[in-house]
Amino acid sequence: MSEAGSKSMRKWKALIVDDEELARKILREMLSTHPEVEVVAECANGMEAVKAAAELTPDLMFLDVQMPKLTGFDVLELVDASKLAVIFATAYDQYAMKAFDVHALDYLLKPFSRARFESALERAKQQKPESRAEPTALAAAARPAGQYLERIVVKDGTKVTLIPVAKLDYAEALDDYVSLVSEGKKQLKQQTISGLEMALDPALFVRIHRSYLVNLERVVRIEPYAKDSKVAILTNGVKLPVSRAGFARLKKLLDDRS
Amino acid sequence: MADHFNIRKTLLVSLWLAWLLLAALLSVLLVSTWGMSWRGAVALAVPLSTLAQGVAWSARYSCRSNPIGRTGLGQLFLTHIAGAVVLSLLWVGVGRILAKWLDSGLAWNGTFVQFSHVQLQLFGLGIGYYLLAVAFHYALFAQENSRLAQERALESSVRARDAELSALKAQINPHFLYNSLNSISALTSIDPNRAREMCVLLADFLRMTLGLGEKTLIPLQEELDLLDRYCAIERVRFGERLKVEQNIQEAAKSCLLPPLLLQPLFENAVVHGIAQLPEGGWLRLTVQQNEQRLALTVENSWDSEAVSTRTRNGVGLKNVQRRLEARYGKDAFMEAKTDENVFRVSLSLPAETQEVP
Repeated sequence: MSEAGSKSMRKWKALIVDDEELARKILREMLSTHPEVEVVAECANGMEAVKAAAELTPDLMFLDVQMPKLTGFDVLELVDASKLAVIFATAYDQYAMKAFDVHALDYLLKPFSRARFESALERAKQQKPESRAEPTALAAAARPAGQYLERIVVKDGTKVTLIPVAKLDYAEALDDYVSLVSEGKKQLKQQTISGLEMALDPALFVRIHRSYLVNLERVVRIEPYAKDSKVAILTNGVKLPVSRAGFARLKKLLDDRS
Repeated sequence: MADHFNIRKTLLVSLWLAWLLLAALLSVLLVSTWGMSWRGAVALAVPLSTLAQGVAWSARYSCRSNPIGRTGLGQLFLTHIAGAVVLSLLWVGVGRILAKWLDSGLAWNGTFVQFSHVQLQLFGLGIGYYLLAVAFHYALFAQENSRLAQERALESSVRARDAELSALKAQINPHFLYNSLNSISALTSIDPNRAREMCVLLADFLRMTLGLGEKTLIPLQEELDLLDRYCAIERVRFGERLKVEQNIQEAAKSCLLPPLLLQPLFENAVVHGIAQLPEGGWLRLTVQQNEQRLALTVENSWDSEAVSTRTRNGVGLKNVQRRLEARYGKDAFMEAKTDENVFRVSLSLPAETQEVP
């Protein structure tokens, strides 16, 4: 049985995420003429959306971009985006719109017409998982030039935490994940260390090693370790390996500062 | 740059003209009044005129270091008279040496004697010429300064107008407009009556915003009417999440203030305060008039941990500040402060009830 076949057999589960009640209502109303789609939940904020996405495994999510605490882009990073189609909705956000265009994503501009809604829904149904945008790349494209991440969103089970970047000591690469160390705690996030490095302010975070990205504020000193290798000592006593290229980057940054 | 160039050009042209005139004048005077031969007169007049131009030019520096408005009158006169006497003496001295040399060196007999007859008059002429140069330089400086002042005045008025314009442009936030239209779109089927009300509110708001932009000052009451519409519209969007309190002294309502001064502060409070709180929050306006001052405070609940989209953040506040500066200069001030979970903007401006031109 093909995937398309299996989907046509059962109802599509949809999640509506918007902090404005009226904005949720209009989506529900437009979906009411589509018996093949069932609205499994309405969420008024990103936290609820992440929880509902994990528990209800929807196939489709209508996602507002500007919401309190977590933006639509944060939500996308925290849900399993490979398993659901997302239709973004925004009233006006030039950066978000640019990001959607860059990633060839369909989106709804509020207020939208019935016809526009129908075509977005149709395209979402046809969407192939491999054509979906990578969430962190999409979020990066939506940031204005020269603006960096101010906090990192992490999910542990259904619990979402926000780590302000100033509180991040360092990040360590672990295959497809990064381990984020902050205030003595380690949290895993599915992201590459290069992706994280790109999102953080290069004046504050340095890639001292293939596997380590460190908060410059935390580095106390650099010590030689063995021939050709060095270690960085952090304020909390942690020692991190520094590669030769990493040391060059660190030195350049410190020279630029002084 | 262009002005600087023009002044240089004026100086050079006057220098050449003055050189020519003085040389001619000296020659004619030496010949006709004091009976010197043409040959001797020109031989003396040309170098003396050249020297005089050099001295006249140097007066520029003496003038610059003694600007007219900032130097005491006594010092001004003393400096320039002393300069005139000393330089004129030197000038005549050079003339004497020259005449002596013409007399004995070139054997143009009688030149020195003839020169000696006129040296007192030449001394007087030198003083007069130097003082003329001083006057000329001061006139040039004055012209230069008035042009600079004019430019500065023009620049600051352009800047004030600029602030005004961008402030007005910023009034209607597209985000606000589109979201309101989306609310109307949703209400048309859910609650047509509320949709109509919302249309009217939005139309009122737009009409007032666009109309107020043309005025320089409006009574606080008019701004409050506009804020009522604004809050009513935002309450349709945010529902229970937006709570508004007002605490306004009755007497203050007739005070005048630039239009749309408070609306950006309300919008700032809604977009960066209330909209960032999942459970919503409050917004409070307090206005008090104390004798000659009007104190306005806009406070709102605020999530200190929220990282709001900073794209528009601060633009509204900066605009308000610039408009206050443009209208009141140093007589008005604005302060934005965050306490734990409250964001507060305080404005203080002169309490006016009728327009002062």
